[in-house]
Amino acid sequence: MDGVSNEVLRLRAPRHQVSRKSITLWTLHALIGWAVLLVPQLVVLIFAASPWQVTAAVATLVLGTAHTLVMPRWRYRVHRWEATPDAVYTLAGWLNQEWRIAPVSRIQTVDTKRGPLQQLLGLSTVTVTTASAAGPVLIEGLEHDDAVRLADELTTTTQATPGDAT
Amino acid sequence: MTTDLPAAPEYAEPVVDWHRLDVRMLIVRPLNELIGLVPLFVGLLVLGRGETWRILVSVGVIAAIVLLGLLRWITTRYRITTEQVELHTGLLVRKRLAVPRDRIRTVDLTAKLGHRLFGLSAIRVGTGQRDQPGEDGLTLDAVSSAEAERLRVLLLTIAKTEAPAAAEERPGVVLSEWDNRWLRYAPLTLSGLVAAGALFGFVMNFARELDIEVFEPMSEAARWVVEQPLGLTVAVFAGVVLLVATLGSVLVYVVQFWGYRLTREPDDTVRVRRGLLTTRSVSVAEQRLRGVELVEPLLLRAGRGAHAKTVTTGLGRKGESNLLLPPAPVAEAHRVSAEVLRPTSDDSPTQAPGSPTRTPLHRHPPAALRRRMVRAVVPLLVLAAILAWFAPSWTWQVVLALVPFSAALGWDRYRSLGHALTDRHLLARAGSAIRETVALQRTGIIGWRISRSFFQRRAGLVTITATTAAGDGAYHVIDVGESTGLTLADEAVPDLLRPFLEPGPPD
Repeated sequence: MDGVSNEVLRLRAPRHQVSRKSITLWTLHALIGWAVLLVPQLVVLIFAASPWQVTAAVATLVLGTAHTLVMPRWRYRVHRWEATPDAVYTLAGWLNQEWRIAPVSRIQTVDTKRGPLQQLLGLSTVTVTTASAAGPVLIEGLEHDDAVRLADELTTTTQATPGDAT
Repeated sequence: MTTDLPAAPEYAEPVVDWHRLDVRMLIVRPLNELIGLVPLFVGLLVLGRGETWRILVSVGVIAAIVLLGLLRWITTRYRITTEQVELHTGLLVRKRLAVPRDRIRTVDLTAKLGHRLFGLSAIRVGTGQRDQPGEDGLTLDAVSSAEAERLRVLLLTIAKTEAPAAAEERPGVVLSEWDNRWLRYAPLTLSGLVAAGALFGFVMNFARELDIEVFEPMSEAARWVVEQPLGLTVAVFAGVVLLVATLGSVLVYVVQFWGYRLTREPDDTVRVRRGLLTTRSVSVAEQRLRGVELVEPLLLRAGRGAHAKTVTTGLGRKGESNLLLPPAPVAEAHRVSAEVLRPTSDDSPTQAPGSPTRTPLHRHPPAALRRRMVRAVVPLLVLAAILAWFAPSWTWQVVLALVPFSAALGWDRYRSLGHALTDRHLLARAGSAIRETVALQRTGIIGWRISRSFFQRRAGLVTITATTAAGDGAYHVIDVGESTGLTLADEAVPDLLRPFLEPGPPD
């Protein structure tokens, strides 16, 4: 099997980037997460400041700042998506990255979803599920109009494909 | 007697009659439930001094259970049309279930002891729709065994409805059958220890409820044991545990797998029958079988044994309904896998050349070994360092002494890693404590996930995950070289990955 092709292969990046506004979205997510960790620590610090607690709070602050600054930009450079007539192809992550490929013939449902922050920014997430219990294909951070158009396109092509997709 | 019921809905095919569950369920179900409540009745009746309220409560409980059984029987009806299986049930909350017949993947017949005494059997129809966990499919509890058998054949005969009543006469081809020699694998499954522990807990609990004095003699025994020399105590204790575990596991093995019989039925289903007290018969439409998984826990592997599971849609999670072969010689597991995975009916007249699960696997690159070793050793070293700082010195020495064992496990984990492609299956193997080899039908793969952690990228490795509708839903090829893995995925499902690949930089 290995002898068939000696060429070195790798996955090419999917064609489209997600919306630039995603950086803001991920930054907000990170800020909220770190605030949940940091605020209680600060409250405790006001009443009783032991050296341990100061160290912990400073460490949280430094880590949080670094994560909030680096992660959204890194993610923005990684996250990509593409929908061909045959398949949906995505790349997501930052430190750990994952490519997902779902053939259009096996798609069961296509949903768009927007959380409160996403609505604020005019973004949407497209979720493509197959019959597998193991993880749908998610395209986060699309402009809402693009997301609706993509979902419509995928729904149309899916309906045109016969079979029960299992 | 049906006057108090709403009429059956107006349906396109009024010819098909509604059936009720077997009338014997009026006795069996209350009986089954009363057996579960025996401790309650013992508590109520035996322990008291015959106070009136205890008797009244008991009678009330029994009456309620019998009445519930009656109501359930009255309100439950099913019918099988050419299109679908319909089930109406419930009095206060009325449920109407309809399962399209072409979606039926599996039929699972279960007869508990109570059912068997009355010649009944419960049917569970699996569809593989996973929208609501636990709500998969439809259960008829219960119908007579003859009716169950008729339904099994009927429900799994999908397209060829007019197909032969004659086919029902022909017996299935036996692929594998219970062998007393397999019992020697029972002690290697550790199920005895678990069962003994559970039984011990149950007995202690029961004894406390009944106020039976067990603690006094036990603590006396404990005192006696403590007075003996340490070596003797340890030896006796180990001996007892070993004996109990062995006997217990043999018992569990017999109860679960007695009368095991794997057959291919004339209607192209694979059928597993087993059980000493509760008998089960699980039928899987062969077309819906997506593969086989060979499982070798460490102890079983040391004894050259394995058990096997089917990879299929529409089987419930509980009760090991996906069991294909109980713990048995590994050669038998390979043979059974080959039989079950043989090319369906006509596309290949030749006998399968050998078991797909025996296909020689490709090793993974040395970087994968490095990752296994780092994972096995580094956490222990870190732990030892922390302990050396904070804890008495013998603790970190103990941790350091564990390093060789952990490293051996890491080495074994690397040796287990492997993948291969046959003309019909993708093979992947991983794990040491529980080594699992999966042979997944290539046509059953409905997508890929290719993931790469920060450290995997530095090592030039990826984890390739094939997603499927069956079994666990995803099967992994762990830590394979990037290019090798992509080539594997590309070849396994032609044309799916190809448009997204590009030549990489030469190594």
